[in-house]
Amino acid sequence: MDIFLQQIVNGLVQGSIYALVALGYTMVYGIMGLINFAHGEVVMIGTLVTITVAGTLIKAGMPVALAGLAGMMAAVLVCMALGWALERVAYRPLRHAPRLTPLITAIGMSIVLQNLAMMVWGRNYLTFPSFLPNMDFELAGAHFTAIQVIIVLVSAATMGALLLLVYRTKLGMAMRATAQNPAVASLMGVNINRVIAAAFVIGSALGAVAGVMVGAYYEIAHYQMGFMLGLKAFTAAVLGGIGNLAGAMLGGILLGIIEALGAGYIGDLTGGFLGSHYQDIFAFVVLIVVLMFKPSGLFGEKSGDRA
Amino acid sequence: MQARLSVIALSVAAVFALSACGQKEEPKPVAAAPDAKPETVVKLGHVAPMTGPQAHLGKDNENGAVLAVEELNAKGMEIGGAKVRFELINEDDGADPKQGAIVAQKLVDAKVNGVIGHLNSGTTIPASKLYFDAGIPQVSGSATNPKYTQQGFKTAFRVMANDVQQGLALGEFAAKQGVKTVAIVDDRTAYGQGLADEFKKAAEAAGIKVVATEYTNDKATDFKAILTKIKSTKAELIFFGGMDAQGGPLAKQAKQLGVKALFLGGDGVCTPEFMKLGGEAAEGNYCSLPGSPLEKLANGPAFKEKFNKRFNAEIQLYAPYVYDAVWVVAEAMKRADSVDPAKYLAEIGKTRYDGVTAQIAFDEFGDLKGGAISMYKYTGGKLEYVETLGGGAVATAGSEVKEAVAEVKDAAKAVAGAATAVGKEAVSDVKDAAKAAAEAGKDAVKAGAEAVKNAADATKAAVDKK
Amino acid sequence: MLAALLVALPFVAAMGGQAWVRILDFAILYVFLALGLNIVVGLAGLLDLGYIAFYAVGAYTWALLASPHFGLHWPIWAILPVGAGLACLAGVVLGSPTLKLRGDYLAIVTLGFGEIVRIFLNNLNAPINVTNGPQGITLIDPVSFGAFQFSGTTQILGFAISGPQKYYFLLVALAILVIIINLRLQHSRIGRAWQAIREDEIAAKAIGINTRNLKLLAFAMGASFGGVAGGIFSAMQGFVSPESFSLIESIMILAMVVLGGMGHIPGVILGAVLLTVLPEVLRYGVGPLQMALFGKMLADPESLRMLVFGLALVLVMRFKPAGLWPSPVRRRELQETGK
Repeated sequence: MDIFLQQIVNGLVQGSIYALVALGYTMVYGIMGLINFAHGEVVMIGTLVTITVAGTLIKAGMPVALAGLAGMMAAVLVCMALGWALERVAYRPLRHAPRLTPLITAIGMSIVLQNLAMMVWGRNYLTFPSFLPNMDFELAGAHFTAIQVIIVLVSAATMGALLLLVYRTKLGMAMRATAQNPAVASLMGVNINRVIAAAFVIGSALGAVAGVMVGAYYEIAHYQMGFMLGLKAFTAAVLGGIGNLAGAMLGGILLGIIEALGAGYIGDLTGGFLGSHYQDIFAFVVLIVVLMFKPSGLFGEKSGDRA
Repeated sequence: MQARLSVIALSVAAVFALSACGQKEEPKPVAAAPDAKPETVVKLGHVAPMTGPQAHLGKDNENGAVLAVEELNAKGMEIGGAKVRFELINEDDGADPKQGAIVAQKLVDAKVNGVIGHLNSGTTIPASKLYFDAGIPQVSGSATNPKYTQQGFKTAFRVMANDVQQGLALGEFAAKQGVKTVAIVDDRTAYGQGLADEFKKAAEAAGIKVVATEYTNDKATDFKAILTKIKSTKAELIFFGGMDAQGGPLAKQAKQLGVKALFLGGDGVCTPEFMKLGGEAAEGNYCSLPGSPLEKLANGPAFKEKFNKRFNAEIQLYAPYVYDAVWVVAEAMKRADSVDPAKYLAEIGKTRYDGVTAQIAFDEFGDLKGGAISMYKYTGGKLEYVETLGGGAVATAGSEVKEAVAEVKDAAKAVAGAATAVGKEAVSDVKDAAKAAAEAGKDAVKAGAEAVKNAADATKAAVDKK
Repeated sequence: MLAALLVALPFVAAMGGQAWVRILDFAILYVFLALGLNIVVGLAGLLDLGYIAFYAVGAYTWALLASPHFGLHWPIWAILPVGAGLACLAGVVLGSPTLKLRGDYLAIVTLGFGEIVRIFLNNLNAPINVTNGPQGITLIDPVSFGAFQFSGTTQILGFAISGPQKYYFLLVALAILVIIINLRLQHSRIGRAWQAIREDEIAAKAIGINTRNLKLLAFAMGASFGGVAGGIFSAMQGFVSPESFSLIESIMILAMVVLGGMGHIPGVILGAVLLTVLPEVLRYGVGPLQMALFGKMLADPESLRMLVFGLALVLVMRFKPAGLWPSPVRRRELQETGK
């Protein structure tokens, strides 16, 4: 029981990161019906850009915290541009193509971005500069650090801001309308192209923030870090009901907690038969069970069959 | 439909034909040496992951091989009546066994004279079959999984201790540190699992209790869940079977969680990369490397300097072993006076080469004889040598014998000196002195002989133990 | 004429080295896989991202039944049906929970299954050593018909035929069989039922098609081809390990199907061959190409290779969204909806 709280803390932090990335997937899917496989790579580029920019600024003498902030801003801007470019160049021409074509394009772009990152930043693992003092807290036997608290807070704040955007602004309304029915929305005067571009850009910005969080948390970055992270975040989005923002957030946090508890307790649960080497599939098993009872995910709407 | 299919088949065939032709004409970047003597080009294949999470180690290996090849070419060997020029063909296997098999076939097709590699045990083992079938000698500088030399392939060799020896040494070392409980983490790769299993055997044999066995994989970044579990078991030592890319963050996260345990790892984490990724968390922990430390062996420091100068980079891990591997092959060719694999293969088995990493000789399986394992402590961002275990006694015994012989020589000189110093003043005194000196000399010789005998016994014991 | 070409191909390829014959063999293996996935994705419209699991089942079945691991050495005509059967079973097991799921939920669940299979293969070495874990299983028996072994070189009528070349002919023979089965399936009632499900599942149910059974059948049949391919892969390589059956492989096979022309057998074959051969051609070619164009190496050939491959995927999809060789029906449909 003493480690239960610690595992929850671990899971909550990891889950917040998943939630941020999952939002990127779910926004794009909700509006376009497309699984943006390249999103994980956008997150990775966010992390790497932060390292480069912050590193250069620190060497030039800027105080660490300020350099970190500047790095994060640079990452957000670069990722937003990248997201916009992805949509414009790779996905827009395929708006009316068969459903699987943009998927393959996304996979292709994912490969391209990974290899570009490898060529630019090299093959080695890069260390993320640590911006925050190493503060440790202890509460009821659970150990946590300042960065963990910050991650949860920043994620919550960002998600809150997103919800505000989607439910309280005109752009948000336009996005919701496009998600429901693009044809009618355009008849109502919504500029579909702009809305879709906005979804990509905002999603990428969230991804950049997530990337910075990941970098600050684990303090390493590598050109291949985006793939697994993207995959898990996508799983989280599906768990919550893809296309649903609240679902993505909940799905992300749930997934993080499930993974942490799974890795920690799977041995005890199965009497030693399965151990933590099966931790990766624990999340998938939970997903499958959930989907068997709720085929559209936790918050997903039972929308009609799309061909 | 028939016509369409034919068109497709034709184009596919055309692609193959073109590629086949293109392959033959593949330009070899060569600077023709204006030499009167005939020149033989010796092609050495080198395989390591040049992409993926271990690409930094692959590059390191390549550097070691490049350095050796450049030195060999500068030295200018003559084999079979012709000057030889070594050429390195570097291939990427991405640490993936399937790719490893593909590039192995590519090298076999290119009729290389020898192969250095691969890096990972997981790719070396399947590729070894291909090289064996083609009769091409293969010397690995980094594959430590015992199975590599247990398949019965005469062409498989390695220039460092395997994981059986390494696990044993690590287990003994852990026991020496006085820990009673250990938690084992393995990364579920052929290397990590193999090493962890051997360590487990050795640790349990040494009386240490394994209180937790946790797993991760070679692409993971988050270990908090399993570390939390380990924390609850209050293990005194965490042993990690895996590579530096995971080991570093593992150590760091352990520290963040407040896990108060020593960290011990194998050669996969004994790298500068581990210290970089682990930061402060790496300090005061231990790891092992095959062979004896570079500083202790005669050629070590010189190699380090050469390497740093040539590549402007630190040695990551296996570069010295790969360097030795290339030289072993070259030396074997020289002794056989032939670059033909069929002819020089037998010579490799007879190697007695004083390398940068160890005095290299192979046993009947292709393993390094008397493979030593050295333990290191992470101190101040550098690896600090602690001690050598296992077959390492051979290397140090050798130096001890040398010292004993030197002492005997000095003693004899002293005797002679004493005799002349006394001179002709007191003949009887001289006689007495001579007698006493002779006795002393005898004792010295006896002592020296004993030292030699002890060293030889230690050697034998170490060899037997291996 | 086509037959003459097929017979001559391995010998043409061998001029560049046995590695090319091996690549040819792998291309045909991937043709099996692509055709199998084509049934699931192309015909029945079920987005399966975990298809590699069936390949793995087939490969490990052969490995376990014909290697020193358990000491069994069954012959090919016994193992292949067992492998195909087990793969079918796996297909049904994997397919059952997905029957109620639509589209992209199905994708993620099948992806999860693929990973589950791989992780089990990687870890089933304790308490009972079934799969030998990450070390994989080595020294697997090659295919043999009596005394005639498929590995190593043999002399026939004065010609030396190498191991990979022998496998090539075996694979072509099997491929012809597989293609015929696929063609018959596609034009049968079952095939049409699948296509009906793909186009509109509710309408299909409405006209009395048993969608549940047909979906399971699609999974099972698709899986069986994967199982057979896996067995031959095991025999050819002499070694299997879980690393060969990762998610990337599933994605690659899907790319082959879509790029070639979903649902159209010749297109799928083309896609499989192209996507297998292209990375290898790039492996050999990127270095010399850079030398020829720029006189020096601008970038590592290794990183450039996959970059060019990714770009190729993007470009083909951009300019030929229905695939390189789509079925004429598809092309008409797309032209009608307009771009």
